Order: sequence, then structure tokens, then C-alpha cells
Amino acid sequence: MPIHEKSLIRPENLVEHEELVIDGVDVSGHWSTFIEGRSVPDYNEDLQEEIAALGGGENIHRCWQCGSCTNACTVNAINPDFNPRFWIYLIRMGLEEELVRDREIIWQCVSCNKCTYACPRDVNPEGVMKATAHWLELKGYTETKPSMVFDEEFSHQVFETGKIEEAKVLQKFFKRTNQPLTQPWLIQLVSGLVKRFPVFYLMKLGFATVFHPRTRNWDRSRDAIKEYVDERNAEIHKALKLDAKGAD
Amino acid sequence: MAEGKHKKVAYYPGCALEGTGHAYNRSTKAVGKKLGLDLVELENWNCCGAMEVKNVDPKIQTYLSARNLSIAEDMGFDTVMAPCNGCYHNLKKAEYDLEHDGKSVEVNARLSSKAGHTTYEAGKVETIHALDWIKDSVGEEGITERVKNSLKGLKVANYYGCMYTRPRHIFPEKDKGPGSESTSKPHFMDDLLAAAGAENVEYPLKTACCGGAHSLSDSDTSTKLVLNLLETAEACGADVIATECPTCHTGLEMHQVRAEKVLGRKTNVKVLYFTQLLGMAMGLSPNEVGVNENFSDSRDLIKEKGLA
Ligand code: SF4
Ligand code: SF4
Ligand code: SF4
Ligand code: SF4
Repeated sequence: MPIHEKSLIRPENLVEHEELVIDGVDVSGHWSTFIEGRSVPDYNEDLQEEIAALGGGENIHRCWQCGSCTNACTVNAINPDFNPRFWIYLIRMGLEEELVRDREIIWQCVSCNKCTYACPRDVNPEGVMKATAHWLELKGYTETKPSMVFDEEFSHQVFETGKIEEAKVLQKFFKRTNQPLTQPWLIQLVSGLVKRFPVFYLMKLGFATVFHPRTRNWDRSRDAIKEYVDERNAEIHKALKLDAKGAD
Repeated sequence: MAEGKHKKVAYYPGCALEGTGHAYNRSTKAVGKKLGLDLVELENWNCCGAMEVKNVDPKIQTYLSARNLSIAEDMGFDTVMAPCNGCYHNLKKAEYDLEHDGKSVEVNARLSSKAGHTTYEAGKVETIHALDWIKDSVGEEGITERVKNSLKGLKVANYYGCMYTRPRHIFPEKDKGPGSESTSKPHFMDDLLAAAGAENVEYPLKTACCGGAHSLSDSDTSTKLVLNLLETAEACGADVIATECPTCHTGLEMHQVRAEKVLGRKTNVKVLYFTQLLGMAMGLSPNEVGVNENFSDSRDLIKEKGLA
């Protein structure tokens, strides 16, 4: 069974009396600290299955909570609240409400695969992070995060044409996330290059706008992929009971 | 090393090498020519999905890679060389999934037959990285023989990034003892550059992550990760970081500028593809290996070290 998670004790669940005397003994301050009793009435017993229904989450049931993933994690080293083992625990326990508290950081997984490298149980925690981020969006707990916007723009182009055009992906990404293309560091980056080799740079831009790279005879691949995506989306909606919302 | 291996292989440049990573494309081809190795580009290839498509659906990513492998097979090749870590990783991953996961086999077969091309089956084509390509064809001796401008005195931090070694299970040929590549402490690039005279520094972050997957969608995280890579390289005494992936390379260059502009932390270490360094060591000019196409401006260093 999973190790009990220390971080479940959040600051707001700690109660400390500033002045408390019990049987004539003064136990004010730290002496009186206790954890607020609580019960969780709203388990989502299907949570693990919902995550497993999403691409990457299939092996979550194998986790034995060793913590190797969190220990190896790139993002955890920057932000200790980013804790794959903990989230896997919450999902397996069906603690939806606890999981949703971290909705603003789960998407930050950088797919470095250090966790998957370290995991002794072939859980693929990296995939679980992506599945969980996706789940949060599908359930409406978060808006579409910038990384998903990027993934969508990128994938859309690959599905449509077989190739990507970096400039076009960037343009759409910046537009959808409301970021100006005039950020000082971007300007310095590009102008440095233009100064050194203007012809090449202009050529690059020119090529990209005149000859859009694409794979020939891609139509049939495109249609096959689209059909598959639609089918998968229907399956996912069913597994997450998205269509049944408000039906009962 | 068996001279003659990989004399002619299928070449999968990938999208990045047609865009921001063009210098890598140019230098890889130029080095191949110098070494007498033939690269035959895959006909009508498609993007392998990079680090993005799998987040929409991993099985489609497998299909995208498998289509490329089927082209290599149709062209009569049993080896495909991919210089981009992302492409290399994805083709390897597809190979693994098609060998071990029935569902992936099923989806790939279905999409391939609908799309009207050969269904790729595991085991037909081997995917190698540009590092394997040089290491297994001419090897260190082959490089040393051809050195005209030794990289002597150039201190190099070799940076391999994430996708070249992780996760281990998709690289069955690695960690096989002496002579094989290591997933925890890779050394193929170190070996080749040392053969060209470079002085490799002990760089502890060889396989650390630059945050490339969120380079733009979570720039602050990427900048922090890259800054750590750059500052550590400098602390190790490196003049230059050698790279073997267009995404890692561009990530380092971009966030080096961003770290200076946004965090006020300036670093001077340069960033060059290992193929650019090898090429210049073998007498190619900086332009012939695309040094002027890099964002990171290393012209002064190249002059100072007598490589131009
Ligand atoms: S892939 Fe994501 S969860 Fe795994 S170690 Fe890297 S950042 Fe952490
Ligand atoms: S490393 Fe694997 S088994 Fe260990 S806690 Fe993480 S996911 Fe679970
Ligand atoms: S990984 Fe990068 S370079 Fe390779 S095909 Fe995909 S997008 Fe293109
Ligand atoms: S180091 Fe960066 S770009 Fe390279 S593989 Fe890792 S995340 Fe990707």
C-alpha cells in the first residue's frame, strides 16, 4: 500500500492554540499543534481508470510508490511542489479534489523522461503527467495551457501536411497565447543573425513563405489520422463520462 | 572499428534541419562527404511528431515514425540515420512499441493500409544517430587520420540532452559494456571530438534537460534550466558546448540570450554542433559547416583557436 503522504497535511489543516492550558499545564503554541480531523466523502473511484484511458496513462496501476520518479525529476528540482509520485498516489486513491489543487503546475512537466528512466515498474510517469494535464483540461478544471496550445498547433500542421513549418507554428502559437513577437530577447536573437548573414536569413523566411514544406500524397494519411483521432476522442469522452454530464 | 560499415545509409533530416537547425544539416552532409560516407535522403518523408504529437495521441506518433521507416524499407535500406535527437528517439520508440505493444501494431497497420503504403514491421530497419554513424564507420582512428586543424587547446563540454539516452528500454544496443554507448554517461561525442584533438572537460550535466519541450510555452523554466547548463559549463572551464541535436542547440542559444535580457545573467560559452567542430578540424571552412547560421556567434573563438 502507498506510503501515507506527508504533503497531505497542508498548512490550513494545522491547528495551533496560542493560549491553551490543559490540567494546569500550559501547552500554548507549538505544543498544541494538531492536525484537523477530516474525512473525504467525495472519492472518484474511477479516477485511475479515467487517467489510464488517456494516452500515456495506461500503466499507472503498476506504481508501487517508490518515489524514484520524483527523486529524479527535473521540474521537482526547481519546484518541490511538482511531485509525480504524489499525484500518482492521489489518482490511485481517487482523491480528485486534492489532485485538482495542483492544476496550475502539473502541465509543466518538460518530458525529460528522467522519471521513466528511473521507474522500476514501467509506469511511464512522464506519460501519466501528460495524461493528467490533459484530463484536467477535459474535465474543465483548467483552461488550455500554453504547452497544449503549442502541441495542438504543431500536431494540427503535421496531420494536415505531413510536415511542420517552424515559423508558422510559432506565429500561431504566439497569437493564440497573446504573446507579442516584439519581446526584446526575441528581437536581439534575430537581429544578431540578420547582421551576420542577412541573405541567408531572408532566404529562409522567403522559402518558408513561398514553398510551404509538405509531404506529397499526404491526403490519405491525413484522412486516416483524422478518422482515428475522432474515434479516440469519442472513446475518451465516454471513459471520462463527459457527455453524461448533467444527465443523471 | 569495422571500416566500411554505414558506407551508405538512408538519411532522415527531419523538419528542424530544414529550419532553425539548418547548420546541423549542412555540417552533417559536409562531414559525411569528407569521410566518404553516402547519405541518401528518405524520399517524401514526414515529420515524426517531435515532442508534441504524442501529447495529442502517442499511437499517431508511432504511426508517423513507422511511415518513415517503411520508406527506408521500400528504398532497400536496412539502416536509417537521424541526426536530430527527437527524430532518433521517436524512430527508436516506434521500433520498440511495434515490437512490444500489440495495440501499436494494430493502429499502425490500420493507418498504413488506409494511407496506402507499406506497413512497417519491427526489425526491418535499424535507426542510428549521427554519432553512431561516424563512430561505427570511420571511428576515432578515421577522424584522427583526417585532422588538418587540430582542436588542440579547445575546451569542450559535451551535451547530449534527454532524448539520446532516455528512457533506456528503447535503446537496446546501449549499456552493453565496453565499446557500447552508455545511457548514464554517454561518451560517443567525447570520443570523436577527442580524436580531433579537443580537450573535453568533465561536464556533469551531459544528459540534463534544457526544458526544450516548453522552450516557448514555459520560457521561464527553460531559461532557468539552460542557464544552469551554461554556467556549469563555464565553471568546468569550457570554451564551447558541443551539441548533437537541433532542439537542444537552439534551446541553449535562445535562452542564453533570454537569460541575459530577462535575468541579467550573461554567459560567454559558445554553442556549436559536434559536426561543425569535426568539419573544421578536418579542414572545412566555418562557412562550409554553417557557423554563420548559428544564433550563437563563435567566430572570434574560432579565429583565436586557429580553426578558420
Ligand atoms: S518527464 Fe516530467 S515528470 Fe518526468 S522527470 Fe521529467 S519533468 Fe519530471
Ligand atoms: S518511480 Fe515508478 S513506481 Fe516509483 S513512484 Fe514513480 S511511478 Fe511509482
Ligand atoms: S523531431 Fe524535430 S526535426 Fe525531427 S521530424 Fe520531428 S520536428 Fe521534425
Ligand atoms: S535537452 Fe532539451 S531539447 Fe534536448 S532532448 Fe532534452 S529537452 Fe529536448
